[in-house]
Amino acid sequence: MTEVLTAAFLAGLLAAMLRMATPILFAALGECLSERSGVLNLGIEGIMFFGALAAFLTAYFTGSLPLAVAAAFLSGALLALVHAALVVSLGVSQHVSGLGLTIFSSGLALFLYRLIIGTPATPPQVAPFAVVRIPLLASIPFIGPVLFEQYALTYLAVLMAPLLGLVIYRTHWGLALRATGENPEAADAMGVNVFFVRYVSVVLGGGLMAVGGAFLSVAQFNMFLPGMVAGRGWVAIALVVFGKWRPGRIFLGALLFGLFDALQLRLQAAGAVLPYQYLLLLPYLVTILLLVAFARDPSYPGALLRAYRRE
Amino acid sequence: MRIRLEKRGPISFRARLALPFIAVAISFAFSFVLILLARANPFTAFYYIFYGALGSPTSLGETAVKTTPLVLTGLAAAVAFKARFYNLGGEGQLYLGALCAAVLGLHLALPRALAVPVIMAAGCAAGAAWALCAGMLKARLKVDEVVVTLLSNYIVIYIISALLDGPLKDPRTMWPNSPPILESARYPILIAGTRLHAGALVALAAAAAVWWVMKRSVLGFEIAAVGANPKAAGYAGIPVARTVVLTAIMSGGLAGLAGVGEVIGLHYDLVEKISPNYGYAGVVIAVLGGLNALGVVCAALLFGVLITGAELMSRYTGVPVFLADVIQGIVLLVMCAVFVFTQCRVRVTRRT
Repeated sequence: MTEVLTAAFLAGLLAAMLRMATPILFAALGECLSERSGVLNLGIEGIMFFGALAAFLTAYFTGSLPLAVAAAFLSGALLALVHAALVVSLGVSQHVSGLGLTIFSSGLALFLYRLIIGTPATPPQVAPFAVVRIPLLASIPFIGPVLFEQYALTYLAVLMAPLLGLVIYRTHWGLALRATGENPEAADAMGVNVFFVRYVSVVLGGGLMAVGGAFLSVAQFNMFLPGMVAGRGWVAIALVVFGKWRPGRIFLGALLFGLFDALQLRLQAAGAVLPYQYLLLLPYLVTILLLVAFARDPSYPGALLRAYRRE
Repeated sequence: MRIRLEKRGPISFRARLALPFIAVAISFAFSFVLILLARANPFTAFYYIFYGALGSPTSLGETAVKTTPLVLTGLAAAVAFKARFYNLGGEGQLYLGALCAAVLGLHLALPRALAVPVIMAAGCAAGAAWALCAGMLKARLKVDEVVVTLLSNYIVIYIISALLDGPLKDPRTMWPNSPPILESARYPILIAGTRLHAGALVALAAAAAVWWVMKRSVLGFEIAAVGANPKAAGYAGIPVARTVVLTAIMSGGLAGLAGVGEVIGLHYDLVEKISPNYGYAGVVIAVLGGLNALGVVCAALLFGVLITGAELMSRYTGVPVFLADVIQGIVLLVMCAVFVFTQCRVRVTRRT
């Protein structure tokens, strides 16, 4: 294990950390947007899975990766619309509706994959996103390979965090969003259309979650696999709580998760002393520990889980 | 014109009873579209689902075998949801019960009358202990139980996978499964020629016990009160934290018992994929059954039919077997939508 602390190893580890954090970051930012308006979306796991399928199929049949990401976003938005209709308009339990959405979209994704692709001996692959080297910056020693040799979606995710922070804290719409999530009665009295704000946040949030799933199928694995989301949606929800509903802190949380995921992969590759399954469960365990250590009695958005009904 | 929902008074018992049937009918109608997409005849497909599940004594037995764990995971979710303790860790708790049953079943050389109850108790305790962790975290530290229970499922499944690769692996095979458990540690078969085992009776007894606890005992009253309004329950002198913890124990124990049945009643060894998401299906079943023990048994039976029949249906019509999963999701979504209309009526008013 002498090679562990070389600069090359560290650069590789940190680059992988950003890569592993990407899908989680998209998903967590989507969940953050949704929860800020007062709507928990447990459909996240299924939406990510369906987004992965939508992106894979689009890339498989058209060869266009931007189109694949767009298709994923659209599918996620549509699925989230179902959740919005149920919880915002009908006031259904957000837990139950979200879980129903996860079961529905996961089942539907498997159903459609089997229908369209069938059961070939080796799962078909797509030409994945290429790594984008940013000229000049990428040749800075150490920092270059870590920060400036990443997938386009990773850059997008990293930019998305401050962007969402800006929208939430610095725009008029962000104020309406926070008011809706904290106190819908007051927001309504202010003239905010609570229902509209919630619909928009849930739907856009769903789109982001699906893009996170798309990263898995068209960048990370370049194929569609049954268990590929593997609880990343649930981790994203945990990171939103850990991040106190603030995009900046959520970004840090995603990096931390990415670090452990990258670390366990490297330990696996190094033929570590432990069976690989114990390494695989490490990120989940760390996420739970993070919650216990830093997210006791979190201050949820005031109106989270509460349906709003105009009297 | 405006459409709005207004609260309405309580609806009749008969209308409430019709609810799940309406939800299932709407879900089946939705699934027609999917079957047509797969270029099959929906009526043929549904014929094969029901024929595959109920057409012969053997298939009836298979349906009962599939229904058994579903009753238990359904009860587990129903108890927890009643207290609004969102235990979504049924899958992991089931796996822990199964693990416990396999380890004891391999080594516990006792007569059956002693071995089986010991294994049942141990499996129950394992599932309960796992759920208790989440319950304590919620009751004492206010850590959200949803995420903790969901993530803990992955942890358990990886641990079991590691054990089946190592100390628990049957050295005589190359597959990740444990050696077969002792004869004396198995549930007896109820009807020769089928795989129907005594676990089915255990599940029914558990349903009766849950019914009694929820309707007749003080704990059941406290669970319902905490679920309805934890603050008010606290002011009324109900120990909220203790109730949540007891609910978690009950819920986890039931899920653990489901895992015990799969090992000592059905497989006789521990395999990696011992549960095809029975834990998650339990949530759907609990909601469809109205969080009520009798309702859970009926809903579990319906899902037992669906899961058993879907395999035959898939073989004969080419419709992917995942149809069963999609229907589960739709049932849950439709059920909660339909439920709204028992509490509210739609009023269309003209805007002036």
